[in-house]
Amino acid sequence: MTAAAPASAPKVQTPLKRFVVEFFDSRVAVLGLGLLVLVVSSALLAPWIAPQDPYDLSKLDIMSGMLPPGSADMDGNVFWLGSDEQGRDLLSAIIYGLRTSLLVGFSSTAMALAIGLIVGMIAAYVGGSTDATIMRLVDIQLSFPAILIALILLAVLGKGVDKVIIALTAVQWAYYARTVRSAALVERRKEYVEAAQCLALPKQRVVLHHLLPNCLPPLIVVATVQVAHAITLEATLSFLGVGVPVTQPSLGMLIASGFDYMLSGEFWVSVFPGLALLITVVSINLVGDQMRDVLNPRLQH
Amino acid sequence: MLVFLIRRIAQSAIVVAIMSVLVFTGIFAIGNPIDVLISPEADELERAAAIARLGLDRPLHEQFFAFAGNALSGDLGISFVHGVPAVELVLERFPATLELALLAMIIAVLIGIPLGIWAGLRPDSPAGRIIMAGSILGFSLPTFWVGMLLIMAFAVSLGWLPASGRGETVDVFGIPFSFLTADGLKHMLLPALNLALFKVSLVIRLARAGTREVALQDYVRFARAKGLSPARIVGVHILKNIMIPVVTVLGLEFGSVIAFSVVTESVFAWPGMGKLLIDSILLLDRPVVVAYLLVTVLLFIVINLVVDVLYSLLDPRIRLGGAKA
Repeated sequence: MTAAAPASAPKVQTPLKRFVVEFFDSRVAVLGLGLLVLVVSSALLAPWIAPQDPYDLSKLDIMSGMLPPGSADMDGNVFWLGSDEQGRDLLSAIIYGLRTSLLVGFSSTAMALAIGLIVGMIAAYVGGSTDATIMRLVDIQLSFPAILIALILLAVLGKGVDKVIIALTAVQWAYYARTVRSAALVERRKEYVEAAQCLALPKQRVVLHHLLPNCLPPLIVVATVQVAHAITLEATLSFLGVGVPVTQPSLGMLIASGFDYMLSGEFWVSVFPGLALLITVVSINLVGDQMRDVLNPRLQH
Repeated sequence: MLVFLIRRIAQSAIVVAIMSVLVFTGIFAIGNPIDVLISPEADELERAAAIARLGLDRPLHEQFFAFAGNALSGDLGISFVHGVPAVELVLERFPATLELALLAMIIAVLIGIPLGIWAGLRPDSPAGRIIMAGSILGFSLPTFWVGMLLIMAFAVSLGWLPASGRGETVDVFGIPFSFLTADGLKHMLLPALNLALFKVSLVIRLARAGTREVALQDYVRFARAKGLSPARIVGVHILKNIMIPVVTVLGLEFGSVIAFSVVTESVFAWPGMGKLLIDSILLLDRPVVVAYLLVTVLLFIVINLVVDVLYSLLDPRIRLGGAKA
């Protein structure tokens, strides 16, 4: 977002300012942004705001296991969202689980974005058989569903937060490569790139300072939606038992561990983590939808 | 067309070859199946005998070439856990997944198209907005969680529908199917609905976008001017024209429904291919994982090829061959 802003300072309205103004036009998007800020900040501040450290086994009391939401144990601690079978406060577990989910979602997206950006730029700028080979690879990968590729990779790599991040990066890079390539192909034919080339600026400078900032808007939109995608995918993989390890549970893992209790009517163990996941994903999607509308050049007058 | 087909088949063969090398070496790297398969009480002699029987004592490349040679003749090895040929095991589970995926597609069309047309005809009405909000929700909801909620609502609380299994099946040409019995259909309904959720949202969006475009065309205005009933305009003039993109996308998405059935089958304990894959990954049953992947890759290649060819037949503007760079 910021990369495109400083270039046109003399104008009355910078692109960044216009972006902010237009973004706040939609009340739904602002609501989404508010929820997202809430979710991210509670994940970041987990050790300070969670009522209990869910992984400090000495704090857990098996006597206060499977308490329904809103009830208190003998020491007067209230379990607002209930507790699991080990007496773990579910609210705390969700806040800590959010950390893992967001970590996986954001870092895999960032890594895939970086790889896709480089590969896509190379494809667009070098062209020829390099371009054809890269795009064929992208086509082949995109013809298989993400979940299948991630499952295979995790079956090979084994469990672990780092491994999930690697798998999700491998799943996502192709989207960015394709988006960057098509944006760069359009941009490189424009006059400003030609002008820069006529000035005999070095190739890296043309690519990094001229081409790259102008390819960012579509990329930001894809990245926002992909974060939500990555978080859902991670939850699904963890639910299937091939994702994060038990020692560092994500929301998906919490939902999975509540599955057995659900059948006996103890709904809260998996319903609340699911709601947290839903709120996270919906808020990211709302923000992403509005960003697409604002950044879409076809809708700009 | 012929050139296109030959080129595509050659490409597909390369993809399958690369996939099989990657999958084989990759799967080889995970865990040691001996630890899972042989009871810890077994003595050294029994262990060695089992390792030799499974061919795990030979070097990796030897194992691969043995595997590749057999694979070409349709033999992908014997399941470590079940003791039967892996391909047989996967294909045996295939009908269950297939009928689930097909029912999910039917549900997606039956729910998605009417809602999408409705939202497309009245995009600014409250109903239209609610439908679109619902479709965003459908994209955002994690499939497995919705499955669990469905079980909780319809199986646990209300007790209307069973939560797991395939129910009663009927054999057609020796293949068991659930959709022919009332009990089987009851068992299918929840998982199929769960699997359809994502596609319903997709169809709604496609149908809405198509309707908004088609409703402004001259032939629709003309039909209206002629005094045709709204039902006929929607049912004939609009529906026919929005079906092309819907059918194409659904065809392409069929593969992803099969892949996503991994999740739904795990939630509903539906004995299909997807459940088999997860069980095999967790049990380190290498031959079955490899067999599943190769069968699925082949399936995908066939689906993509069929959709491409059908598309060129449906829409004469698309030319295969030269245009594909």
